[in-house]
Amino acid sequence: MRTKKRRIKKTLGEHIFITVNGIFLSLFFVIALYPIIYVLSASVSDPVAVSSGKMFLWPVGFNVDGYEQVLRYKDIWSGYANTIFYTVVGTILNLVATIPAAYALSRKDLEGRNFIMTLFIITMYFSGGLIPTYLNMSGFGLVNTRWSLLLSGLVGTYNLIVARTFFANNIPMELQEAAYLDGATTFQLLLKVVLPLSAPIIVVMALYYGVGHWNQYFQAMIYLRDRELYPLQVILKEILTQSQLSATGLEGFTAAEIEEMLRMSETADRMKYCIIVVSMAPMLAIYPWLQKYFAKGVMVGSVKG
Amino acid sequence: MKQKKFNKKRLHKILNNWELYLMLLPAVLYIILFVYKPMYGIQIAFRDFQFKDGITGSRWVGFDQFRRLFNSYWFPIILKNTLTISILNLLLSFPLPIIFALAANELRNEKVKRTLQTVSYAPHFISMVVMCGMVVMFTSPSSGIINKAIEFFGGEAIAFMQKPEMFKWVFVLSGIWQGTGWSSIIYFSALAAVDKSLLEAAEIDGASRLQRILYINLPTIVPTISIQIVLAVGRLMSLGQEKVLLLQTSPNLNGSEIIATYVYKVGLEQYSYSFSTAAGLFNSLCNCILLITANTITKKITKQGLW
Repeated sequence: MRTKKRRIKKTLGEHIFITVNGIFLSLFFVIALYPIIYVLSASVSDPVAVSSGKMFLWPVGFNVDGYEQVLRYKDIWSGYANTIFYTVVGTILNLVATIPAAYALSRKDLEGRNFIMTLFIITMYFSGGLIPTYLNMSGFGLVNTRWSLLLSGLVGTYNLIVARTFFANNIPMELQEAAYLDGATTFQLLLKVVLPLSAPIIVVMALYYGVGHWNQYFQAMIYLRDRELYPLQVILKEILTQSQLSATGLEGFTAAEIEEMLRMSETADRMKYCIIVVSMAPMLAIYPWLQKYFAKGVMVGSVKG
Repeated sequence: MKQKKFNKKRLHKILNNWELYLMLLPAVLYIILFVYKPMYGIQIAFRDFQFKDGITGSRWVGFDQFRRLFNSYWFPIILKNTLTISILNLLLSFPLPIIFALAANELRNEKVKRTLQTVSYAPHFISMVVMCGMVVMFTSPSSGIINKAIEFFGGEAIAFMQKPEMFKWVFVLSGIWQGTGWSSIIYFSALAAVDKSLLEAAEIDGASRLQRILYINLPTIVPTISIQIVLAVGRLMSLGQEKVLLLQTSPNLNGSEIIATYVYKVGLEQYSYSFSTAAGLFNSLCNCILLITANTITKKITKQGLW
């Protein structure tokens, strides 16, 4: 009798737990997803319905006029092209600099390994700061060139550590020694033995660096002056911060003028929503497919060593 | 004699591995030329930098720039803002990923769990510019959905972006939206290491779900948590200047100007290079002290530290 009672009590507690947990997680799910859905819906809705709050989840008055406007906006396409260039070339340079270095540092027979590693780790906590870094870039004559974006952040210490840990733990030393016995040079060893076994870490590195380049704004704002070099994010910033109509400061305009201004600001808002969609779509479409890789990357990185 | 032999062996080892050094070369060149060389330029914080004289040619002024900083009108404001935003950010955004990982880990349906995780990562992939653009649009007093919701429930629209006292909340809450899912990855992988047989044994002994979480799952991830605390505190004062700049408006400046944005403005907009470098150096020094303190404390409590 007593044991039975305890059993029932336990399941009740379990039920409460599952319900509360379910509510919490659903709330979390909704909060994470809602802003993204809202932007998607707003980009294809009637702008008046959006600004009046009639549209709050699914599109109201479906149309794609906003996207047609965006298509005609030339700066966005040059920005897009630049961003693709910075992302592709930048990520390749990142990988070429990071992967071989990480491999070399994973080798226990490398003299001075600890010293070199310390050099890198120090850069995680100390830097020259904004102005000295800017002056340095300017001293090399790289300000207002594409190189400023490609070279800044060429090797991320965190990424280097992640890749090094991966090599140290996943490539058996016996395999490497066997390759040497077969007469392979170290470069051949890296290219033909180590890299084919390292696909997960290369994908992780490419993703980390790639996302960084795709979303890069601050460096571009600091270093670039010419519009034709601007990546998408700088163009986006210009468009997104174009002033919103404020309720105050409208005295002195006729009702018709105010209505016209309101209409214009509403269509401008719709265009903003479209631009947001256009810029975030590639990343949001790619990352779910790479999920298992980046979870792995974080896991490797969290192993101290 | 022994020393000589040792050196020879060492030299031999280096020469033998020349290819490894060649592989290191691009990365090492990069940090020397683009990370360490700028550190040499920090000295302009103690000089009166003029472009024509260069870094080493400019006049020494000692601590003048720092004195100017500490006496400036903005100094108390930016110090206070940096500290309040940083600490609020740490307190609110640190525990959530842990709670989320512990809660989602209890889901028995793998498919549901994975979908939830995927969705929770999405905000991380949205760029700062776009995220801040969304914040501005959502909080707009005339058309933003947040104010529409407030009005719907009978409240009055709030001009979130115009009020200095609102800034820290806008900053921290939007950061939580963007970062919680992504930061939870590390806890999910730590939870994968929980001993399944221990959980089963606890269940047979009559431990409730909550007890199993508190006494088995949570202790397993404590080392991960303590490392993350140290890292978070180490970053405490290196708040993203990018995000603050993007969310700043002139009316909210009193609540939004932080040391890093001040460094940017006096440096790259007003060209006071030395003064800006001094302010930046002050920020890094504070950061350094916080990092060492945090590491010492966590090491005492959890026996885990960065070094």
